[in-house]
Amino acid sequence: MKRIHIIGILVIAVAISIMMSTASDASVYVPFSEAKARAQEGDDTKVHVVGRLKKDAQGHIVGMKYDPVLDPNYFSFVLVDTNRVEQTVVYYNPKPQDFDRSEQVVITGSMQKEIFVADKILLKCPSKYTENEVKVEKTASL
Amino acid sequence: MVNTFIGDLGHVSVIVAFVAALVSSLSYFFAANRPVLDPEHDAWKKLARIAFSVHTLAVFSIIFALFNIIYEHRYEYHYAWSHSSNHLPVHYMISCFWEGQEGSFLLWIFWHTLLGLVLMKYGKKWESPVMAVFSFVQLFLTSMILGIVIGDLKVGSSPFILMRDFMTEAPVFKMDPNFIPEDGTGLNPLLQNYWMVIHPPVLFLGFAATLVPFAFAIAGLWKKEFSSWTKPALPWALFAAVVLGVGIMMGAYWAYETLNFGGYWNWDPVENAVYIPWLVLVGAIHTLLAFRKSKSALRATFILFIASFLLVLYATFLTRSGILGNASVHSFTDLGLSGQLFTYMAAFFVLAIGLLAYRWKFIPTTEKEIATYSGEFWVFIGAAVLCLGAFQVLFTTSIPVYNSFMGFIGVKTNIALPADQIAHYTKFQLWMGVGIALLSGTGQLLWWRKQGKEESLTSVFIVPVILTLLFTSLILLLSKIGYIEKINTPSYIVLLLASLYAVFSNLAILLGVLRKKVSIAGGAVAHIGVAMMLLGVLFSSGYSKIISQNMSGMVYAREFGDEINRDNVLLWRNTTTDMGPYKVTYTGQYLEVKGVPEYVNKELLFRLADEYKAIARGPIKDGENVLFQPGDTVEVYPENTYYQVEYRNRETDEAFVLYPRAQVNPDMGLLASPDVKMFATKDLYTHVSTIPDPNEAKDWGELKEYKVQIGDTIFINDYVAVLHGIEPAKDTMLLNLGAGDVAVQANMKVLGEKRTYHAHPIYAIRDRMVGQVPEEIEDLGLRILLMNLDPEKGEITIGINASQKDYIILKAMEKPFISILWIGTLVMSLGFVMAIVRHYKDGKRNSASGKPKGTAGKVKPKKGELVA
Repeated sequence: MKRIHIIGILVIAVAISIMMSTASDASVYVPFSEAKARAQEGDDTKVHVVGRLKKDAQGHIVGMKYDPVLDPNYFSFVLVDTNRVEQTVVYYNPKPQDFDRSEQVVITGSMQKEIFVADKILLKCPSKYTENEVKVEKTASL
Repeated sequence: MVNTFIGDLGHVSVIVAFVAALVSSLSYFFAANRPVLDPEHDAWKKLARIAFSVHTLAVFSIIFALFNIIYEHRYEYHYAWSHSSNHLPVHYMISCFWEGQEGSFLLWIFWHTLLGLVLMKYGKKWESPVMAVFSFVQLFLTSMILGIVIGDLKVGSSPFILMRDFMTEAPVFKMDPNFIPEDGTGLNPLLQNYWMVIHPPVLFLGFAATLVPFAFAIAGLWKKEFSSWTKPALPWALFAAVVLGVGIMMGAYWAYETLNFGGYWNWDPVENAVYIPWLVLVGAIHTLLAFRKSKSALRATFILFIASFLLVLYATFLTRSGILGNASVHSFTDLGLSGQLFTYMAAFFVLAIGLLAYRWKFIPTTEKEIATYSGEFWVFIGAAVLCLGAFQVLFTTSIPVYNSFMGFIGVKTNIALPADQIAHYTKFQLWMGVGIALLSGTGQLLWWRKQGKEESLTSVFIVPVILTLLFTSLILLLSKIGYIEKINTPSYIVLLLASLYAVFSNLAILLGVLRKKVSIAGGAVAHIGVAMMLLGVLFSSGYSKIISQNMSGMVYAREFGDEINRDNVLLWRNTTTDMGPYKVTYTGQYLEVKGVPEYVNKELLFRLADEYKAIARGPIKDGENVLFQPGDTVEVYPENTYYQVEYRNRETDEAFVLYPRAQVNPDMGLLASPDVKMFATKDLYTHVSTIPDPNEAKDWGELKEYKVQIGDTIFINDYVAVLHGIEPAKDTMLLNLGAGDVAVQANMKVLGEKRTYHAHPIYAIRDRMVGQVPEEIEDLGLRILLMNLDPEKGEITIGINASQKDYIILKAMEKPFISILWIGTLVMSLGFVMAIVRHYKDGKRNSASGKPKGTAGKVKPKKGELVA
């Protein structure tokens, strides 16, 4: 066997181990029910959950707690996942500023007891980059 | 008046450019297909040249039209309206140009035309096949901005679309089709940064330059000139690698300086998409050099050059088709071009890989095995390691693509990117770094080993190895006694060792073999640069330390004990807090004022209804020099608020001021950007995490009234205030006082913690109506009103509201030795430039010496080449 073939086999072996290791590192999008089931089984790997903020009839967000004066690193809110399951989420960081306007929230983290501890929040804001309204009020002076 | 001419000019130019690219690629194709590559003019080639020149002119005309639309604020066009605004300075108008997808395609097209012109002039016998590839690429790229609808099929998205055609539903255009918006919606504030003026052109030039070696490789396969293409391709490949590399690092620096994720690299898919082709391109350069020295690895060279360009196309597809969805912070608006982008990518994948497969067995190989102690062998292994590194990033970055693909074939999957991406990528890329460092040292030492004198292996390796061990021990010792960060992670020690080895072995070559031949030392210099970058990354990222730990002891809830990171501190205005080795004080909000070199305290500015203007309330000085007198109108840049934060080192008493900034953007929320203090051994990186919501009205407490006389003292919220008198009001410009109207102001002083504040609340009677203009002292969280004057009793009523004092929430971290990363980037670039100059001269010399089939360096042409 030529040396080049040995190298080829080594390269393929490394590539396969990269793929396998990536597969085990990859996270999943799950609903809260599955996040809870995982936690009960003792599996503390982090998962992604997609959801919306809990709102009352008037469209106000409910269940959000952030008091920077007391503790700037504690933010908690209620997220409703795609199966309409509500869950309290705690994020040990300041509240993201455009949080209130977000339409969809993706959190990464895991369930710890009764609380989902998130270490990352991704927000999808409706107005971000899509400007489809012309401000007409300014035209009064035209 | 809606100016349709300029848009029509632009649109017609796009069509001309598209047709010309079609003509040019076809005629270059026929010219190249002639049996012999013939540097003489023939009819096809003449036609092709004319067509490409027309294409180039048309591209310039598109650019002129689009820039004119932005520069002249022609908001009847959607591109200007959605990317620009009236107050945007000219240099950022250039950024607007490529903020949108269409403009960035245009930038890419523009670089291709310039590179195409160079190749047309100096391509010699390679002109026809190479330019055929170029024109073919241009055909696809111009189709992206074509903006033509055929039936249900939309081809491209035109940047010249009018607002009324873009928003056909908007009532305002139904009422009046000639309506022109007064102002645009502006440039994304994160892009209003000088790095964003320079970074995209450099990156796209890198993208464009990657096409050149690809085109040469295709030309070589096509014309069965399997090895001679490598000579003209090498300087271009080096050029592409250095430009792309610099472009990537500029993006990293921009991210470090403008975004607040706390670093320069976030493994964001958009960053990865450019990093992957760069690694492969660098790998390709290495196999090419190995081929030129030993006639081996030609097939690998073909594969890698073709792969690097195809990966650029894949990167384009990933970032512009919307397939990444939630996975990226960068994003282009999805223009519905994904089908077209996919066609573009698929066409080149099929054609390039098909051609390579078709010619595969003709590509000459060597039967001779490369010796393990030869430099080429290790260079080849190095290229393999680079490609494995690229593969790893590619495999993970493509996770959103797998979901889309499975969804496409009807299987629902829910794989997500790794939850801790940094840990995931670091786990692999760290070892790639180790591999690269070790191989670059070993490969270089063996490469330059004096073959004639049979220099022994020991004598080559002994000095660098000893120096490496010595310096590694020294650094570990320093870290042990605490002079620098404590290094005790085994993988980091290995990386340190490997990087130092790369530095010393390349230095040994530079100072030994190459001392007298600096012109060919580009490789050694570039490798030293890469090793320095690895060291910079190791220290700045591996040992980044957050110093803004919350020590207040107040926590909301202790559900999970104390292990949780509490990485942000609250700073009340004018209250000093301990943070790491510093005493830190937040002292107020500042703004940038036109013509003033330093930021100006907001308290010195009386803001007007026009947010870009303000009146100076006190003298605005530059040192001793008064730039504006009180009452002068100044122009302000209202977007950014700068939060002045004073740092004082508790031990050395050294003090400095940082201005982390934040924009409150109605669409995007708080956009905080850091401010960085550079020390010799580290950067102190500081950004604001949260501020009190400025969109929410301040919660003023109950109004308290005080009846006082002149000279009286009152106590408000622990502060002492003195009423010194009543005088005619000064700042009355805004009140529009007419004849018979009166305005007076109180002259008050309030003693704060640090200084005394003057307050001048105004009481006015206008048109027989009473009005008050309160004075707000933000530092103290007070609002003072002059409520009433009773001249008979000599009694004056002062009203006071108090609110929560202003605060910021701050995050600060130290990044040790980050400067080594930036210096390493410069050194690497210098090495690349030296190599370009050398190989370009080499190429010229060889062709001048009358070798038409110029072969690499000293190696004689092999037989395999003649198979063609």
